[in-house]
Amino acid sequence: MQHSKTQDTLVGLFVASGIAALFYMALQISNLGTYTSNDSYTVIARFQNSGGLKVKSPVSVAGVRIGRVSSISLDRESHESVVEMRIESKYNNIPDDSGASIYTAGLLGEQYISIDPGSSEEFLKDKSKLDITSSAIVLEEMIGKFMLNKAEGK
Amino acid sequence: MLELLENLGKTTRSSFAKLGRGTFFLTHILTGISEVLPRPSLLMKQMYSVGVLSFLIITISGLFVGMVLGLQGFNILSDFGAEESLGVMVAASLVRELGPVVSALLFAGRAGSALTAEIGLMKATEQLSGMEMMAVDPIKRIISPRFLAGFLSMPLLAALFSAIGVMGGYMVGVGMLGVDDGAFWAQMQANIDFREDIINGVIKSVVFGFVVSWIALFEGYDAIPTSEGVSRATTRTVVNSAFSILGLDFILTALMFGDI
Repeated sequence: MQHSKTQDTLVGLFVASGIAALFYMALQISNLGTYTSNDSYTVIARFQNSGGLKVKSPVSVAGVRIGRVSSISLDRESHESVVEMRIESKYNNIPDDSGASIYTAGLLGEQYISIDPGSSEEFLKDKSKLDITSSAIVLEEMIGKFMLNKAEGK
Repeated sequence: MLELLENLGKTTRSSFAKLGRGTFFLTHILTGISEVLPRPSLLMKQMYSVGVLSFLIITISGLFVGMVLGLQGFNILSDFGAEESLGVMVAASLVRELGPVVSALLFAGRAGSALTAEIGLMKATEQLSGMEMMAVDPIKRIISPRFLAGFLSMPLLAALFSAIGVMGGYMVGVGMLGVDDGAFWAQMQANIDFREDIINGVIKSVVFGFVVSWIALFEGYDAIPTSEGVSRATTRTVVNSAFSILGLDFILTALMFGDI
């Protein structure tokens, strides 16, 4: 096989298209394109039961995603679930008496935290705590209660 | 009975001996790479025959695999009313598994077998011994550039396969079956993580490129220098590459995505 200019050009084209495919994957397919600046602050909420919530689950206000859950741990004293979430700094005007609830997207979808804004003039800061929380709804518990009510009603 | 034991011992001994020769061969190739780098023309030739010539089969297969994933995924997802997740399904299966694995299998069939046949024939026609007579190290001059070319081409080919597969899935899902355009991409971007999915896919293809090039070149170099020996070596390249790709894929997947 002769070494020629066209061969070099084709190799160059091949390498360029391979690298373009990598960039395409990074920007179009993955979440790298939707990444915003890493500026964020942490808010802590305690739940009786955090259900199927996972690290990286979305945190939203009125259906708009404003951050993600960064850690979930168990409080050794009160046996509550301590959920830390990182909220993007541009959303720095959330009242500090807001409530946090865990909802499920769709009937069987993933769980997320929804923050219902309160009316306080003070805003959430780094390491603030959300006091009003409502736990995840566990489907089995609901079905259990429903069955019990049915049985008692008879 | 005694004969059976003797055969077992013989097979074990010869496979260990082969593994040893293979490892020795690999270290020799790797030390040879430093001598390839100052002479990029050697590498260019091999990048052409290993990478550019595999381009067509990889892109066309990627397109069809993506299109089939789009069709099949739509059939199942529409039963659950979750057509919008088609994008995630196509992209996740391509980026994590099918992209690196299928392109490595095709690469072994297209480029690996060609490498084995080429090296085996060089050995059979005593071109390699001829080089040694001229005090040219055939491993450094012939084999290292081919190894480097395979190692560099594989991740690029796998990336092309995945990217074109996603486009194929998009064509079928959004173009033909009427999945919502925005939801297709939005769900995909929300669920595919750059570091966990894309980078792990690239790591897989790098490992496969290393292993397939190594097996192909070693089988060629280790072939019995007859026409039958070369044909057997070519078959062994394809079979052993397929085994190692699928086995390694399981191990890598368990390490990357499993909770082991």
